[in-house]
Amino acid sequence: MALPKNLTDEFTELVTHYPERQAGLIPALHRCQEELGGWITPEIMEDLAAFFEIEPSEVFAVVSFYPMFRLTPPGRNVVKVCHNISCELRGAREVIERAKELTGADVHGTSPDGKFTLEVVECQGCCATAPMIDLNDKFHEDLTLDELERLIGACK
Amino acid sequence: MSGFETYLLSRAEKGDAHTLDGYKALGGYATLERALKDMSPEEVTAVVKDSGLRGRGGAGFPTGLKWTFMPDPEKDKRRRYLAINADESEPGTCKDRVIMDDDPHGMLEGILLACYAMRCEAAYIYVRGEYRHQYERTEQAVKDAYAAGIIGKDIFGSGFDCEVYMHKGAGAYICGEETGLMESLEGKRGHPRPKPPFPAGFGLWGQPTTVNNVETLFNVPFIVEKGAEWYRSMGTEKSPGNILIGISGSVNKPGVYEAPLGISARTLLESEDFAGGMWKGRKLKAWFTGGSSCGMVPASTIDTPMDHDSMMEIGSMLGTAAMIIIDDSQCVVRASEVVARFYDHESCGQCSQCREGTQWLHQIFRRIENGQGRLEDIDMLTAIASGMAPGKTICALSDAAAIPTNQVVKHFRDELEEHVRAKGCAINGTGACAHGHTADNQELEAQA
Repeated sequence: MALPKNLTDEFTELVTHYPERQAGLIPALHRCQEELGGWITPEIMEDLAAFFEIEPSEVFAVVSFYPMFRLTPPGRNVVKVCHNISCELRGAREVIERAKELTGADVHGTSPDGKFTLEVVECQGCCATAPMIDLNDKFHEDLTLDELERLIGACK
Repeated sequence: MSGFETYLLSRAEKGDAHTLDGYKALGGYATLERALKDMSPEEVTAVVKDSGLRGRGGAGFPTGLKWTFMPDPEKDKRRRYLAINADESEPGTCKDRVIMDDDPHGMLEGILLACYAMRCEAAYIYVRGEYRHQYERTEQAVKDAYAAGIIGKDIFGSGFDCEVYMHKGAGAYICGEETGLMESLEGKRGHPRPKPPFPAGFGLWGQPTTVNNVETLFNVPFIVEKGAEWYRSMGTEKSPGNILIGISGSVNKPGVYEAPLGISARTLLESEDFAGGMWKGRKLKAWFTGGSSCGMVPASTIDTPMDHDSMMEIGSMLGTAAMIIIDDSQCVVRASEVVARFYDHESCGQCSQCREGTQWLHQIFRRIENGQGRLEDIDMLTAIASGMAPGKTICALSDAAAIPTNQVVKHFRDELEEHVRAKGCAINGTGACAHGHTADNQELEAQA
C-alpha cells in the first residue's frame, strides 16, 4: 500500500515547517492513524520511512515509544478511562468496572464483536473535571455512571 | 473575587477572547505593536527580568534570566528557536489548557514578544496529543493571526519576522521535560539529553533554543504592558505575580483558579471563591502541593502560603501549583501506588536507576496496598528512592518518582506499617488497615 495522495501532499507541506524533514514524523503518524484504519500498520511504517528518508526501524522506534500510536487494530469505538490520581480520587475505578460491563471488553482488550476497545490511560489533564473518559478522541468530563451508560449506548 | 487584582483569567471570563476579533476588542496585540515600535529586544528582556517572573512549568526558574542565556546574536549567527511547552501532563495539572481553550491569542502575543526579545525566527508550540480541542483552538488563533499579518514577515511594519508552527505530541509525559520535548519535536523518541550542553547553546537541531511553558509566556504581555513594578505589587517578593492554581480531588468545587502567589493553601481549599471546602464534608488528610511529583504533605501544612520558598520550607515544592486533595476516607498508600505506577509507565528507560527504580517502587506500593507487604519494604522504598535521586539521572523524572516516595514514608509511615500488619487496606477491600491514625492526624485530632 502506498500512502494516499492527500496525505503525501499534506506531509510535503508539513516538512516545510522544519529545517529537518524527520521532525514531521510524529504529526504524520497521527494523520495516518486518523485516516488509515486507526492503527499504524507495518506498511504505513515503511511508507513513512521512505517519505521521511529514514530507516523503517527508526519509525518503529518512534511508534512504539508513544502511547497514542497503536500497533494493533482497535475496535470500532475506543474508550479510554483515565486512572491517574485525581480521577482515582473521584471514582475512576467505578468508571472502569462499569465500562467493562457496558462494552464487554477487558481493560486493554477489544469486545468479541469488535465494537469496543477499552483502555486505561494516564493523566489527560482533566483533573479538575474528574472522572473522565476519552471516547473516540473526544473528552467527556465530570462523568457520571449514567452519562457513561448513555455514551456507550449511543455508539454504533 | 477576594480583594486582589486578577488579570490571567480576566479575558477568558468574557467568552469570545479566543477569537481574534474578541481578543483585539479587549486591547489584544496593542502591547506587541507598541513593543515592536518603541522597545528594543533588550528592553523587553529587561522588563521581564525585572518583574521577577518565574517559570510556570514546574521548576520556577526566573524567565528573564533564562532568556539571557541565549547567545549574543552579534557573535552567534545561528538560527534561534522558541519552543512552547504545551505538553501539560503532570498529574493534577490542568491550567495551560484553560489558556489554550479560552485565550490562545494571549499566549501567542507572549510568544511573539519572547521571540522578539530573544530574536528567535520561529516558534514551535508543542501541544500534548490528547489536547485536541486546545490544539484546534490554538491552531485557529495562529491561522487568524497569520491572516492579519500579526505572525509572519515584517510584523506591524517593524521589520521583525517570526513564524509560529503548531506541533502535536503523542502521549508521553517525558516530552514535557525540555530536552525530551526537543528530541520529540525532531521526530524521535522523547529521550532527554544530558545537560550540558544546555538548550540555549545546543537546542532544537543543535541551534540556540529556549523552552518556555504556556502560562509563563501568557504572563509576558501583561508585564510588558504594565511594567515590572506593577507585577511585583502582586504575589511575594521572591515569587511575584498571580498564578493559575488547579485544585482537584476531594473538594466541593474542583477547578482552575487565579490567585496571587503566597496565598494560603487553606484559603484556596476552603473559600467559596475557590474550592469551597472539602467534598461531602469529609476531613482533609493529605494533599499534593503542586502536582504528583511534589509528593503528599499532611493536613497540618494546609496553612502554608503557595509560593516557591514557603513550599521549600515544608520540604515540598510549588511545582505547577496543582493541589490534589485527599480526605480521611481515602488511602495514601493507594494514592502512592497510583503515582508510582504513573512514573513507572512514563520512564523513558534510558537510565537504569529510573527504569528499574520506578518499577520497584510501583511493585512495592502495590503489594503493601494489596496486603502482601513486609515491614522491611518501607525502608526498602526509601533505599530505592535514594538510589534514584537527587540528580542521579539524565533528567528529573527519577526525582519525580523518588520525592513522593520519600514524602509518604516520612509523613505517613504509620499508615504504611498498618497496611503491612493488617495485611492490606480496609478502604479498598484488600485487608484491615483502619487508616487515618497517623501521628500527624492524631495530633490534629488532639488539637480539635
